[in-house]
Amino acid sequence: MSDERERMPLHDAMLTLHRARRADDVVITSMGAAREWMALGASSLDLPLVPSSMGMAPAIGLGLALAQPHRRIIVVNGDGAMLMNLGSLVSITAAAPANLTLILEDNSAYEVTGAQPTPGAAAARADATNVDFVAMARACGFRSVYHYRSADTWAREVDEVLAATGPTFVLLDVGTVPGAVGPRSPGPAAARARKLRRELATGAA
Amino acid sequence: MFSGPEIAALFTSMGITHVVSIADSTIGAWHPAIEQSPDLRLVRVCREGEAWAVAAGLYLGGATPLVLIQCTGFFESGDSLRNVLHDWQLPIFSVIGYRSYLNQDTLPGDTCLAFTEPLLDAWRIDYRLITAPSQLDEIRTHYFACRDAGTPGAALIAEGKA
Repeated sequence: MSDERERMPLHDAMLTLHRARRADDVVITSMGAAREWMALGASSLDLPLVPSSMGMAPAIGLGLALAQPHRRIIVVNGDGAMLMNLGSLVSITAAAPANLTLILEDNSAYEVTGAQPTPGAAAARADATNVDFVAMARACGFRSVYHYRSADTWAREVDEVLAATGPTFVLLDVGTVPGAVGPRSPGPAAARARKLRRELATGAA
Repeated sequence: MFSGPEIAALFTSMGITHVVSIADSTIGAWHPAIEQSPDLRLVRVCREGEAWAVAAGLYLGGATPLVLIQCTGFFESGDSLRNVLHDWQLPIFSVIGYRSYLNQDTLPGDTCLAFTEPLLDAWRIDYRLITAPSQLDEIRTHYFACRDAGTPGAALIAEGKA
């Protein structure tokens, strides 16, 4: 896989998801995805992981999916974070929650620290090819696997993707955002956690 | 020190719904009984840092999880537990195996003995050291005290094998 892929703008990728999510979906975002997601407007069932332990968004999503099996749980992760916790792909498929969708936005860089290439990026690898996240997801046993390079195709198929039987893995090739900074916390984390837990306890998913 | 059925019955009596775990030679022997319990679900993860995050998601979703790992995995999982227990202030309880506490036949000079308790203190986790079978009920008592206070806590279970 070369590094000359077509890449959709991160904003377009997130806007498509923002329009497609249902009101009762939980959407967990991290790093650059959290920054873009928060800029699109908040839902009481959003969980922007700010502050985070980098790499742990899929694991939090797995826990939520097991606790709320009748509600769709959507996790948006970056490739740098994914590489910090590749084992979560295996943990997710071991438990196999049908209601979990993991969206991996791959810009092949640690964007918020200055867009240095990750060890998975062609630019940083001896073989000059990107690691194949789609093959990893398939090998780990994700039930539904998708890969999009074009914002138009992603927008056309997003409803079908989110309706698929999970666990679902979606790779979106996205561009870096020049000069991007890390996401800013939308407020005290503990209070947000308590509020989300209350919402999920009273929600009717 | 404890059998699998004793541990499964203990966790059930605590109201635990999910046990998020990686095995060691002591904890692994408890897994079958946990899996066979109709009231518990065993969630296997690949590294201990994940365990805290999975437990966080379970807790946010209304479940009552417990993290069951060895002290070596506790060392590995520092940043994740910092985020879960201190940034998000989720009162996740853990049961942590204390490698080599009862004997060091397999690993003489095991440095787990030097670092486990100081690191629990450093991470501000209120723990009880369990070194004898007669202390089983202390785990439950400590769990309920932590739950009522809304704080994280741990039971540190002495192990005799590496």
